[in-house]
Amino acid sequence: MSIEFILLTIIGLSAYSFYISKKKAAAISAINGAEIHSQPNYHGMYAAFLTISPALVLLIVWSFIEDTIITMRLRDYFSDITEPSIANFYIEGVINFVDDVNSKAMDHVNFFTATEYYKSTMHLNLLLKSIVLVMLTIIALRYSFKLISADFKARDLFEDVVIKVMNIASIFAIFITIGIVLSLLFETLRFFESVPVQDFLFGTHWSPQMSIREDQVGSSGSFGAVPVFTGTILISIIAMSVAGPIGLFSAIYLSQYASNRVRSFAKPIIEVLAGIPTVVYGFFAVITVGPFFREMGIFFDIEGFSSESALIAGSVLGIMIIPFIASLTDDALSAVPRSLKEGSLAMGATLSETTTRVIIPASFHGIVGSFLLAFSRAIGETMIVVMAAGFAANLTANPFDAVTTVTVQIVGLLTGDQEFDSAKTLSAFALAFVLFFLTLILNVISLSIVKKYREQYE
Amino acid sequence: MNNILSRNNAEKRFKVYGFLAVSTAIVLLGILLFKIFSTGISAFNQSYIGVKIEINNSINSSEIDPRTELRQQLRNMFPELTTRAEKRTLYSLFSTGATYEFEDLLKANEGKTINGYYYFLASDDVDMYVKGTVKREGDSAGRLMSGQLKILDQFEEQNLVELHINKYLLAGADSREPEMAGIKGAIYGTFYAILIAFITSFPLGVLTAIYLEKLAKKNRLSDIIETNINNLAAVPSIVFGLLGLAIFLNFFDLPRSAPLVGGLTLGLMTLPTIVIAARSAIKSVPPSIEEAAIGLGSSKVQTIFNFTLPLAMPGILTGTIIGIAQAIGETAPLLMIGMVAFVVDIPGGPMDPATALPVQIYLWADSPERAFVERTSAAIMVLLIFLFLLNITAVYLRKKLEKKW
Repeated sequence: MSIEFILLTIIGLSAYSFYISKKKAAAISAINGAEIHSQPNYHGMYAAFLTISPALVLLIVWSFIEDTIITMRLRDYFSDITEPSIANFYIEGVINFVDDVNSKAMDHVNFFTATEYYKSTMHLNLLLKSIVLVMLTIIALRYSFKLISADFKARDLFEDVVIKVMNIASIFAIFITIGIVLSLLFETLRFFESVPVQDFLFGTHWSPQMSIREDQVGSSGSFGAVPVFTGTILISIIAMSVAGPIGLFSAIYLSQYASNRVRSFAKPIIEVLAGIPTVVYGFFAVITVGPFFREMGIFFDIEGFSSESALIAGSVLGIMIIPFIASLTDDALSAVPRSLKEGSLAMGATLSETTTRVIIPASFHGIVGSFLLAFSRAIGETMIVVMAAGFAANLTANPFDAVTTVTVQIVGLLTGDQEFDSAKTLSAFALAFVLFFLTLILNVISLSIVKKYREQYE
Repeated sequence: MNNILSRNNAEKRFKVYGFLAVSTAIVLLGILLFKIFSTGISAFNQSYIGVKIEINNSINSSEIDPRTELRQQLRNMFPELTTRAEKRTLYSLFSTGATYEFEDLLKANEGKTINGYYYFLASDDVDMYVKGTVKREGDSAGRLMSGQLKILDQFEEQNLVELHINKYLLAGADSREPEMAGIKGAIYGTFYAILIAFITSFPLGVLTAIYLEKLAKKNRLSDIIETNINNLAAVPSIVFGLLGLAIFLNFFDLPRSAPLVGGLTLGLMTLPTIVIAARSAIKSVPPSIEEAAIGLGSSKVQTIFNFTLPLAMPGILTGTIIGIAQAIGETAPLLMIGMVAFVVDIPGGPMDPATALPVQIYLWADSPERAFVERTSAAIMVLLIFLFLLNITAVYLRKKLEKKW
């Protein structure tokens, strides 16, 4: 008998509950005609809900409690070990030994008595759990069956349940944000216990690898994130200077000049650029754009042209965000009332004059909003920079130099095996925290600009 | 007069700028696709070398060691190669996969005799030379040395070097040997992860959208939820990866590298997209239909589930497919939860360690062997074609099912 079996039994009982309750309601309705308040189906569904929910709630609570109790009990067997983390290690060993055939016994006097205890307790626990859960389900089934009568408002009650479920679902989105903030915040605070905040935010030397050595912990300067931030901003600015003009002029051309046929053909093609996975852009940067720029570097005799230069990553990133700018700016331009445009044209202005002097000023907020959104995309983009930019943190504004970005560092610090407590891994969370807030602020500003501007013309 | 002329010229210039911008974007897309497809297409073929196999006793495959027997057969073909170094050069033209293929051949001919030419998988260096990816320079070609080339020339003189369909690429799991590496394991990993992502995000997203659009009172909470969802849609994907790492791996102790965790993380990431798409689909259902339903005595919940939702479904599905397509191409969050391990087995379920297709692309793009370049492109081709089909389905759904009111 396993937990899956108990679950199946409970679900089966609940289905049975649906069936008999529906039948009972149908029988009542057959006697009383149209007098019954809810249709048999609603009686069935509400009864099924009543049957299953107490057992599910108890199952969740039980699972939480049993873990805590078992760990506490097992702790007694290893009471000679004072260090809690080592004792936990042994406790885990006991649990693994019983649950997993492949794991090996550990060297401790009480190890096998502990495994025996764990085995028998878990066995008893499972037995007890199945009996209690099934009994509870049966009681709930009988109760829900008894509730059914001609004027029992099953539909209203069931609909309340449905609405509650939807309410909880919508609140879940808030939990995601809270989860992000908390998980980043806790690790970031732990990071700042070993590295002072000002060193992180204003230090100009970034080399997290150094702190692995014991004697290096706390050595000042190795977690100075300024080069990482400047690298991110340099690459994003390069990307924006590629995507900005192309995106803006594409949007102007498509919304003001292009015939409907050209528009219906060109717009989807530009949007295809947005659908291509970023890892593909990264590979494109490595096999095509990189070699191309290197040859240009040799041709123009540029000194110190790095193969991981900011220019390569930035320009490919720029290609990726063209469609964001193009489509958001297009929306902004199209939202300008026709009357403004036609008025200007009627006064004898050419279309380009109308665009630059009437339409763009009128939609300026929207355009700024779209640029900000694209900029936040560029900052948060990971794969292109991971593949095309380097890990070396140089504090430079030279686009031909190799720079690194926040996302590259996070990937570099958190992939591969490492213990979770070192300042090195924790620094990734601090970087992510900064990244999250930076993009959040950019998004909030741009969304509110776009919204405000949209309301202006509605 | 002059003024008008220059204004008209400015107008023309402006139009040309716009046209150039659009064409640049299209040309860049063209270059990208062309580069990927022209590099990747050759990976669907693979070099095979013909070996004369002659076994005159009836075969008992359990008694024959395929590795030594294949080498024996090779030596029989080239009796003039006598030194150890020369023999080793001969063997090095073949992939380790050749041994497995020979083993299969023996099993297929159990109890019979073999006499004839059979083709075996060549090593990646030979493969690149045969396809012309590396050219002969002096007496070597790429990593092929003069001794290897000499023997290869003899094979080529007898027309024994052929390109066959690459059966490893689509049907094999990952391997350190480029010629044997395949994306089947990664495709399975992606499949499980996306399945989990869909199961978590679709119901949650649709329920949220219904609640916000139809049931929520306009109050502070619904405002917070709304801005919150809009902002979540713009949170960098790598942050979701860190969320997955902190919550699913560290807090809930779920296994690393498992598609289950990848799927949950991608599901959280897709949720805002689905909510936003579902809301606009629900919004576009005309209120007259709902009012008619309510007028005939439907309750609010009945109206939603019997009328609004079915009518909004095409729009919701379109948005979901687009969200899922995004999730399929997403790499960064999967790196965070450890789906970057080198996995040789094909995962049997969402709890087994696995990679996903985009992660496989990243891993191959990162590996030093040059033979992986064309395979990376080929994997990208598979990914892009699949995404293209998904998007076509979305457009089709929208065209076919969506009603214009």
